[in-house]
Amino acid sequence: MTTLLDVRDLRAFYGQVQALHGLSFSLQEGSVTTLLGANGAGKTTTLRAICNTVRTTGTITFAGKPITGLATESIVKLGIAQVPQGRGTFTRMNVEENLQLGAITRSDRAGIASDIERMYEMFPVLKQRRTQQAGLLSGGEQQMLAVARALMLRPRLLLLDEPSFGLAPLVIRDVFKVLGEINRKDKVTILVVEQNAQLALELADQAYVIETGEIVKSGTAAEIAGNEDIRKSYLGY
Amino acid sequence: MELFTNQVLSGIATGAIYACIALAVVMIYEAIDHLNFAQGEMAMFSTFIAWQCMQWGVPYWGAFVISVALSFVAGVAIERVLFRPLGHASILVHIAGFIALFAIINSVAGLIWDFTIKPFPTPFGATPLFGGVISSHQAGMIVVTLALLGLLYLFFRFTRIGLAMRAAATTPDSARLVGVNVGWMIALGWGLAAAIGAIAGIMIAPVIFLEPNMMGGVLLYGFVGAVLGGLSSPAGAVAGGFMVGVLENLTGTYIPGVGNELKLPIALAMIVAVLVLKPNGLFGRTQVQRV
Repeated sequence: MTTLLDVRDLRAFYGQVQALHGLSFSLQEGSVTTLLGANGAGKTTTLRAICNTVRTTGTITFAGKPITGLATESIVKLGIAQVPQGRGTFTRMNVEENLQLGAITRSDRAGIASDIERMYEMFPVLKQRRTQQAGLLSGGEQQMLAVARALMLRPRLLLLDEPSFGLAPLVIRDVFKVLGEINRKDKVTILVVEQNAQLALELADQAYVIETGEIVKSGTAAEIAGNEDIRKSYLGY
Repeated sequence: MELFTNQVLSGIATGAIYACIALAVVMIYEAIDHLNFAQGEMAMFSTFIAWQCMQWGVPYWGAFVISVALSFVAGVAIERVLFRPLGHASILVHIAGFIALFAIINSVAGLIWDFTIKPFPTPFGATPLFGGVISSHQAGMIVVTLALLGLLYLFFRFTRIGLAMRAAATTPDSARLVGVNVGWMIALGWGLAAAIGAIAGIMIAPVIFLEPNMMGGVLLYGFVGAVLGGLSSPAGAVAGGFMVGVLENLTGTYIPGVGNELKLPIALAMIVAVLVLKPNGLFGRTQVQRV
């Protein structure tokens, strides 16, 4: 396996406040990695740092290329799609326009059109609501839309910030099932940030536990899930 | 009844002026989320450029195209040079910027072309239509405004760049995450608004004549139209502009004591009434969100 994303000594700042204190980790191509930790541990900030929407120092290498300091839109163009906290839905636009926007950096019109159809096959509910304003969808539908929109980029790396947030348990199952399929069938590398550790560990191959801006534990998902100490002290189940 | 019809028709004719300006106001509001107080002065300057070209012997439509194109470039440049460095500064700083721009453009225009009133040609002629209530120029102006609105609708609805511009304006953070270059989209919004302003100025100038202060009153009415129709809706702004023209005429005719002198207060009263009763304007989008 090759390393797709490598993060070294990552520090992030909100004004004077430092949120990450020298994080280092790497993602293997084709794998699912999860970043676990409590509220305020720095999970969301880590995703923001990768896409450069927060001030950072350190080095981030994507597919062998340093991307530190690149503009967000240039990073996205390299094939890193993010479903941010709050899902990043274009609430005033309809479902189909949201999907179009996901592919805004691509120029293969035929490919975009066929990908939209593929998304409708994958998420039939979106097809029913294609002309509806995205802000009016239910939470689960918006999450599906957010994932579909991110896939429209045909990303190599998909970053997800708490895909389970605010969803009913059954809907969460659906979302995670889809994520597993995307990883297996489309060979998309996934980095998922979750508070729902149990669920994330079922999906993931690799796991990192972070606390107050530092990585405190790492290992395969099975190791982390199997270690009672870690589970009790950091993951709360 | 005939008086009423005449007043409505001539109201629509003046309304076309306001509609044109209101459209430019809404365009920039959609792109930057602020009202651009210098919009009228920018339009005035563009009109002078067209006038100057014609003085140099360029035919009307040539001057029209040159002015619109230059205005587009200037709009982009103003955003890049003046407003981009302001970035996330507070709204008052932006307003100070707009006022500075207003004063600079106004004085520079006065310096180059002085303050004497100049006639401006029209390609539509001045034939009276409908028994003299409306001239062929005013009819042409209405057609141009509606055509512009139609083109803008098609642009924003069916082109990818239009889609990206809407995304950048409404949800810049999400737009960045799908790879939209938000900064350039905003600059493009300025360019488009300046170009529309140029068209508005060129259409209005034959009616109100060309001079550096020509836009003062008009811009105010344009704002009223935009607020009345809804700042988030280009079509609403155009409808609002026409409505302001008609209402202005009708109140002047039918409410005793209003006459010509009180037309402006009536327009301002309309802004207040709209903001109190329906802050999103008549056709504006009410923000609906599910939590």
